[in-house]
Amino acid sequence: MALLSVTDLSVFIGRLKPLDGISFDIGKGEIVGMVGESGSGKSLTAMSVMGLLPLIGGKMTSGSIRFDGIDLATLPEPHYRALRGRRIALISQNPMTSLDPIIRIGAQIDQVSILHLGLSDAAARARSIDIMQQLRIPEAATVHGNYPHQLSGGMKQRVVIAMALAADPELMIADEPTTALDVTIQAQIIQIVVDLVRERGLSLLLITHDMGVVAQACDKVVVLYAGRVAETNGIDAIFGEPQHPYTRELIRCIPRHDQLRGSLTGIPGAVPSVMDYPSGCRFHPRCADALDICAGAIPALEQKAAGFAACHAAINAAGKVSAHG
Amino acid sequence: MIKSSSLRTILLSPRGGISAIVLLAVMICAVFAPLIAPYAYDIQSLRDANLNPSWKNWMGTDEFGRDLLSRMIYGARTSLSVALTAISISVAIGMSLGATAAYFGGAFDRLVTAVVDLTWSFPEILIALILIAIIGPGLNSTMIAISIAYLAQFTRLTRVQIMALKNETYVEATRSLGAGHAHIILRHLLPNALTPVIVAGMLATGDAIILEATLGFFGLGAQPPTPSWGAMMSSGTAQIFIAPWIIIFPGLAIAITVIAINLFGDAVIDVLDIRRQLRDS
Repeated sequence: MALLSVTDLSVFIGRLKPLDGISFDIGKGEIVGMVGESGSGKSLTAMSVMGLLPLIGGKMTSGSIRFDGIDLATLPEPHYRALRGRRIALISQNPMTSLDPIIRIGAQIDQVSILHLGLSDAAARARSIDIMQQLRIPEAATVHGNYPHQLSGGMKQRVVIAMALAADPELMIADEPTTALDVTIQAQIIQIVVDLVRERGLSLLLITHDMGVVAQACDKVVVLYAGRVAETNGIDAIFGEPQHPYTRELIRCIPRHDQLRGSLTGIPGAVPSVMDYPSGCRFHPRCADALDICAGAIPALEQKAAGFAACHAAINAAGKVSAHG
Repeated sequence: MIKSSSLRTILLSPRGGISAIVLLAVMICAVFAPLIAPYAYDIQSLRDANLNPSWKNWMGTDEFGRDLLSRMIYGARTSLSVALTAISISVAIGMSLGATAAYFGGAFDRLVTAVVDLTWSFPEILIALILIAIIGPGLNSTMIAISIAYLAQFTRLTRVQIMALKNETYVEATRSLGAGHAHIILRHLLPNALTPVIVAGMLATGDAIILEATLGFFGLGAQPPTPSWGAMMSSGTAQIFIAPWIIIFPGLAIAITVIAINLFGDAVIDVLDIRRQLRDS
């Protein structure tokens, strides 16, 4: 049974509907990548799972989020609070601002295990230093007594990850954990997280807009576009035979070393604004394979090959050679 | 927060050093008044009324023949304890109110803001006078009146800071790790908002000493025979032409103490570079 099961999740913020029927599963020990351009609803999905929607004035209007048999949509706040950090932990986007500037690094990691596991100060400290060492933070004991401004961005991100790991969660949600970092250490941080998750048998929802990261780390991929799931499939199938034209475009955008100079391209057009989504398939104005039906009818998320895709053209495009191949 | 290295910088600057010495002297007088004062503050000797300053009575005597220096030293105790207690109460209540209002928002925030803005629009002395008119004169009511008079300032300052801080990513990050409201407010929000409030509180202490003296001058503060600098000045007005030292010495004490507090506050602000923070809020 899936550890986290999101079914038909729709979220309203005021009169806007930035998430429209999102469904995906994360199994135990599985690493699921969630990709899509900015504004496609990736972070909002994470907020929904964490139960933090009220903070930004969002409201879940339909669907269900089930975590290990618990219905998160109706979970009272005190129970939710006990779950956050303890069983589901979030690694936030920007390590530069995710740490309290006037509290020592160590105390910030310690407080998680003190709060959730009821450890003593000394036990929490030993545990934190142990986790910091696993995250390959050099001189962990010294860093434990430092303030955030004394650390580099990469070290801060490791500290943020250590905070997420401090209470031994079963599911981690990493919301673009490396966007704020230098390219040189992005891969390193991802590798450390993936190794730890594999080692401990945790589940991970890795939110990113980098298909390269997904290819390197994930078991399964959920492709979001404009608040809907475009396609979801296993990692090999997604890269081997992508069904949705949007997935193909994303894969085409991964730079390759044998690429001709100047041939690096993006997807033409921009993600539509939540205030004025196109009718039918929301990708059709940018889609090279768009059919007449695409502007009129919303494509359902249907079983295609091993995964699911929401595309009218996918049936006809079944035999098409992918851009990746 | 104020680090030991910053503290050294403050104390080594001319302003900071001199004002610190003055404040320390006033505080020593206040704390050890019974040991330092040459006479008791309430021994009357009508034969020795209105004596000039001399080796026996360094600051002369007042209209009842009481030693002025002794009364000045005990007066420091009254002024400082009233001002410090009042401002501490004011800071504590103001921070709690401001923080909860800003954090939870909604109707409670609107109520607090409305009341605070209303009191903010009156001068402190007027609020203090109204309150004393209601609860009656005396040292305790002076303390209460002063603490309420300055409440608006600290509530506003804290509220504005918390409003900005509560949207910081680390607050959301802490929440997503399972922290509750109390933990977030006490461990993350208030410590980050503390520095400007402490400095504002320090500067307000100087104002509070003047306010206490003013109320004492009107006879609404410390009741006789308890000495307070303001009440001493008030009784000195009658003798201003025959014994001017009775009004001059307490006046000087008030002026010097308040100037020292303000200079020290300025030195702290310069070192911590929080003038910008105060202005922004």
